[in-house]
Amino acid sequence: MKRLALLTFLFLFALLFFSQASAIERLRLSTTTSTENSGLLNVLLPPFEKLFNLKVDVIPVGTGKALKMAENGDVDVTLVHARSLEDRFVREGYGVNRRDLMYNDFVIIGPKSDPAGVRNAKDAPEAFKWVALKHATFISRGDNSGTYVKEMEIWKMTGNKPSGNWYLEAGKGMGMVLIMCNEKRAYTLTDRATYLALSGTQKIDLPVLFEGDPMLFNPYGIIAVNPARHPHVDYVKAMALIGWVTSRAGQKIIKEFGKDKFGKPLFVPVAVPNP
Amino acid sequence: MEYILIGVWKAFGLILSLDREVFSITSLSLRVSAMATILASVAGMPLGFIIGTENFFGKRVLVTIFNTLMAFPTVVVGLLLYSFISRIGPLGSFGLLFTPWAMVIGQFILATPIIVALTISATQGIDPRVRLTALSMGANSLQTACTMLSEARFSLISAVVAGFGRVITEVGCALMVGGNIRGHTRTMTTAIALETAKGEFAFALALGFILLMAAFLVNILFHWLQEIRG
Repeated sequence: MKRLALLTFLFLFALLFFSQASAIERLRLSTTTSTENSGLLNVLLPPFEKLFNLKVDVIPVGTGKALKMAENGDVDVTLVHARSLEDRFVREGYGVNRRDLMYNDFVIIGPKSDPAGVRNAKDAPEAFKWVALKHATFISRGDNSGTYVKEMEIWKMTGNKPSGNWYLEAGKGMGMVLIMCNEKRAYTLTDRATYLALSGTQKIDLPVLFEGDPMLFNPYGIIAVNPARHPHVDYVKAMALIGWVTSRAGQKIIKEFGKDKFGKPLFVPVAVPNP
Repeated sequence: MEYILIGVWKAFGLILSLDREVFSITSLSLRVSAMATILASVAGMPLGFIIGTENFFGKRVLVTIFNTLMAFPTVVVGLLLYSFISRIGPLGSFGLLFTPWAMVIGQFILATPIIVALTISATQGIDPRVRLTALSMGANSLQTACTMLSEARFSLISAVVAGFGRVITEVGCALMVGGNIRGHTRTMTTAIALETAKGEFAFALALGFILLMAAFLVNILFHWLQEIRG
């Protein structure tokens, strides 16, 4: 009798487990933390899912890892922001049909008092140079994300490798690094979308200290995984997603996103003129 | 300071309002961890029983190995599993990566050593006369095993509870092989990590409280099972 009760319990449990594994079709998208943490994908993807009656599984990681997942064929499509890595990814035959999706820019943020005087720098490398000179605390992503790639590019132009106990490599996503900066009153390089998503909701109170250098331009691209290399990927649906986000309707969502919450859009769409 | 109180307040609000997202995250966490614990018990208990009650060459080495595996870092398990089930790995063709089953496998690997090791110590402590008595009363080897296991049932339940506790709280492996996909592989712990990264401390804390409460309910269930089995 007791055994029967136990078996029934296990059986019901197994049933419960499998019932959730519904047969709806899924498309896998690896992407950067900025598109997910800012909330863009939560408004951009649902209309697409409805239109094609499928579910997009979003895996938010840094750009480097997102591309690696695509390279291994673990996802169908990838949305990232590091042009140099993207070009190599396509050139080596891992991805096809890259489209420019949108852009925003990187900004340098830090404590209001600005001990390194970054506000008066004439370009991004100079701003970094002053941070290093003053040994002001700087938190780096320390991962292989698009932001980190850009940060390294800037450090390279200063001619010095950052090192010392003022330079902290966090190894975390953009949102977490901004929160750490807020706690430690530190400088960092961030994409504007994640920054606005956190500062606009009063989670951090660090001002933008430097912006506008052309080298801080931050374009996002979307790339389908090459079906010739990974036959199992859902290439048709991946292309449908690329088609949707670069369509007039998709681009309009990107253009409007953030206006109500932060007073200005977080991303500027580029696939169609004036969506 | 304030957000801790807000967290507690929010936790109750989320539970009472039956928030769908929180419900699905909690349910996934419980389902995955319970499935992993059940599988680990089915595999680990007989193994632990044999190691604990039989004498054979290399037994002490085996016991040491299982004791060591109890401390297997979750991220290492995640990493190893990831490289096996990724599309370029040896088991890639099954397409398991970023599915709940991948998390079940990872947690199974984490829970089994605990259940084996604790079953070993539980069965080692059984009075040897229990076995002799059962045998002398004509029990076959399976019946003898059942008698002995039932003698150690309280320690065995503890083994299962410990295994469950290990997997419901782990985040490293679930994050790696599950991918933290919203509505698909997002568990309580990976959701807490994500909400913290987004600066939503109150919501993250609320999820933490719900996780604790869920664990509490599961322990009550185990207690009840113990009663009906006894």
